[in-house]
Amino acid sequence: MEGPPVTRSTDSRQARYDLTRIPVAKALLVNRWPQFLIRALALSGFLFAIVAGLGGTPVGSRNFSIVFVWIAWWALLILVAVPLAGRGWCTVCPIPMPGEWLQNRALLGPSGKKPPFGLGRKWPKGLRNIWVQNGAFALMALFSAVVLTQPVVTAVILAALLLVATGSSMIFERRAFCRYLCPVGGFIGLYSQTAPIEVRVRDTAVCATHTTKSCYTGSEDGFGCPWGAFPGGLVKNTYCGACLECLRTCPLDNIAINIRPAGADLSQLRGRKLDEAFKAFIMLGSAFVYSAVMLGPWGQLKTAAYGIGSLPWLLYVLAFLVFVFGLLPGLFYVASRASRTLAPTRHTPRRIFVAYAYALVPLGLAAWIAFSLSFVFTNASYILPVLSDPLGWGWNLFGTAGYDWTPFFTQMLPVLQTLVLVVGLAWAGITARRIAQEGNHPAAWRQAIPINLFCLMVTIGFLWLFIG
Amino acid sequence: MVIHRLRAEWAARLLLIFLVSGLFVAIMAGRNTAQAVEVHAVMPESGGWMPGNLSAEVNVPLDLRLTSDDVMHGFAVGQQPWPAVAVVPGQFTDLSLIFDEPGIYTYYCTRWCGLNHWRMRGTIEVTGKASDQSSTGSTRQPLYLTLDLDIDASHEVDVQLERPPSAAHGEKLDFTIPSRILTREHYLEQTPFEFWMALRADPGTADLSDTELWDLVAFAWHSQATPDSLLLGQRLYDQNCAACHGDKGNGEGVMARPNLAQSDPDSFGRALLPPGDFTDAQKMLGASSALLQGKIVRGGMGTGMPYWGTIFTADEIQALVDYIWTFMFPLTAGE
Repeated sequence: MEGPPVTRSTDSRQARYDLTRIPVAKALLVNRWPQFLIRALALSGFLFAIVAGLGGTPVGSRNFSIVFVWIAWWALLILVAVPLAGRGWCTVCPIPMPGEWLQNRALLGPSGKKPPFGLGRKWPKGLRNIWVQNGAFALMALFSAVVLTQPVVTAVILAALLLVATGSSMIFERRAFCRYLCPVGGFIGLYSQTAPIEVRVRDTAVCATHTTKSCYTGSEDGFGCPWGAFPGGLVKNTYCGACLECLRTCPLDNIAINIRPAGADLSQLRGRKLDEAFKAFIMLGSAFVYSAVMLGPWGQLKTAAYGIGSLPWLLYVLAFLVFVFGLLPGLFYVASRASRTLAPTRHTPRRIFVAYAYALVPLGLAAWIAFSLSFVFTNASYILPVLSDPLGWGWNLFGTAGYDWTPFFTQMLPVLQTLVLVVGLAWAGITARRIAQEGNHPAAWRQAIPINLFCLMVTIGFLWLFIG
Repeated sequence: MVIHRLRAEWAARLLLIFLVSGLFVAIMAGRNTAQAVEVHAVMPESGGWMPGNLSAEVNVPLDLRLTSDDVMHGFAVGQQPWPAVAVVPGQFTDLSLIFDEPGIYTYYCTRWCGLNHWRMRGTIEVTGKASDQSSTGSTRQPLYLTLDLDIDASHEVDVQLERPPSAAHGEKLDFTIPSRILTREHYLEQTPFEFWMALRADPGTADLSDTELWDLVAFAWHSQATPDSLLLGQRLYDQNCAACHGDKGNGEGVMARPNLAQSDPDSFGRALLPPGDFTDAQKMLGASSALLQGKIVRGGMGTGMPYWGTIFTADEIQALVDYIWTFMFPLTAGE
């Protein structure tokens, strides 16, 4: 009897359209200036957010650091960038820039034959996974109620990210921070598997015969992959930062930026790992807890989440950790064991547990989108006054400082949230069924039933939180 | 090729320096350099007014920039005729105050911002010479101090009323209260029970029942308050007292226990007594106007009641006392 997963991919049969076939698009992607300009502006905005958080008004809804980071940026990230462009944000993220510039001794391209600045150590083998990122995200989530509302705390977090990223560039080679530490990059990587875009090689055989491997080692045209990935071996977006360096360094014009079917990576058999599976649980569980704390009517829960260091907060932390690392994975494990019982397979329970966890990726993304829709539509109107008065100092730069808070589309919100969750549930169901079919078992569809029930239960939970 | 790259690199560096330094120059240039004192309002549990102490000089404008860091607050200075201003989260309200007398003034929150709203007080110490040398200032000693009343002592009397006294009934009774037993001083210093006893001792009341006599007391107390005083007292009561004492004066306001009990033992280290019940005959009939005035001025009494002596003027406090008596002595029974 067979079951998921086996080493066969349907990936090659799926349609792709290579954007680099368009000369203008390729020229814009290869040229460093467009990317540099966006990143430089993003870095200015990032530094301004830190300054605003530290020196601006402590009122979150009137401070650039809260409104532009947690409302404007977050909306762009989770509603647009991740679903449509996968690692698109990482392409222009300013956080690793100072460290990378120091490391490279240059802002634009390679600076001749000078060796990289810094210790250049390799990242420890035992930590070459996303467990640290999982922990970092969970840690941030525990303080989220304060981080998302208090400008000073946001500023400290942003400054800490910048310092850690720069420091890690001085100690380790390449972008160790992005690849192994960044709490945001971790979940972008997970959900970028659903994106309809990818960086891949056109022909792996070309890479196999190319001895220099300049995409990894670097050349005078560009740096070796900052993420430490070999493009010829890429099978999913998770560990590709879409930095475009390989597009610049490949002398054989073998790199493609493909438009592809959404979620293509979820059917990818290679590279399924327990740390990624737990990332899916952490994200799903965090979305649930955030929704309960920020959108729910439970005052005591809010008080506990805000009361950093208090006994109620410690209980909140305990409940969060048990829910995210215990209850959710535990229930899912039961579901995956039930799957195995319905259609017996030679694969270990752990392997099945990990494989099916990828069905939670589209559901988790849908949950985050549905959650974000509520507070983005509700709070987006804060952007206008803060644009004119980003520090809350009484400025009126663009004449919009007096714009009143106006929630948008509140009547449509439950419909949109339901729609998004239903799409996420359907997508999760399709993914679960595909994973079940990987083993070519005649009754594979039965295997997906417990997983689908789990996803249905989670969806109902979210619907209850969102629309009651 | 190399030269081209070097130029591009330097161009990138210059652009970055321009962007980042331009940003900071813009921020520094836009900093508010006005001399106004920025006062932040936050709920008392998180700190109250920040700063909580201000200083000013007589006849020198004290410019304030008020903002709230959490919820809607209000700002007013006690015993001053200036209207309260709203303190809105994320917005600045500019205010200029001019004091013509030295002293310590209290500013306070005028919006119900939270459970401990009434603890949101700050002080302004005004120094210098009074512009009007003839001014007596606010040095008049409260009556309860002049009379040396112990406002914490029990003032219960053993009285059982058949029904709440009615001023309207008292007015209709064919009896003229002798002026020797009811003067303004009597109203302020005597308890209703003492006045009732004085009436009982009068031979002219021999035909009146005890209940009718209480109606007479109610009428006597009503006759001491003017309509304007009652209106003012009612406005102040509704704004500041009703939340705890209740709009019917029965001590069952929305902010009374158990709401207070949930938060205060932790905040203040003691369990609180419930707010006073102004319809409780045993307590009210043994209290004088001066005693009620003292309680309002000083606060406390183990109930968590704030002091109002620096907030209200003497006339306002008297108006409050006049209004509070109407709970015990309504115009008509059952009103």
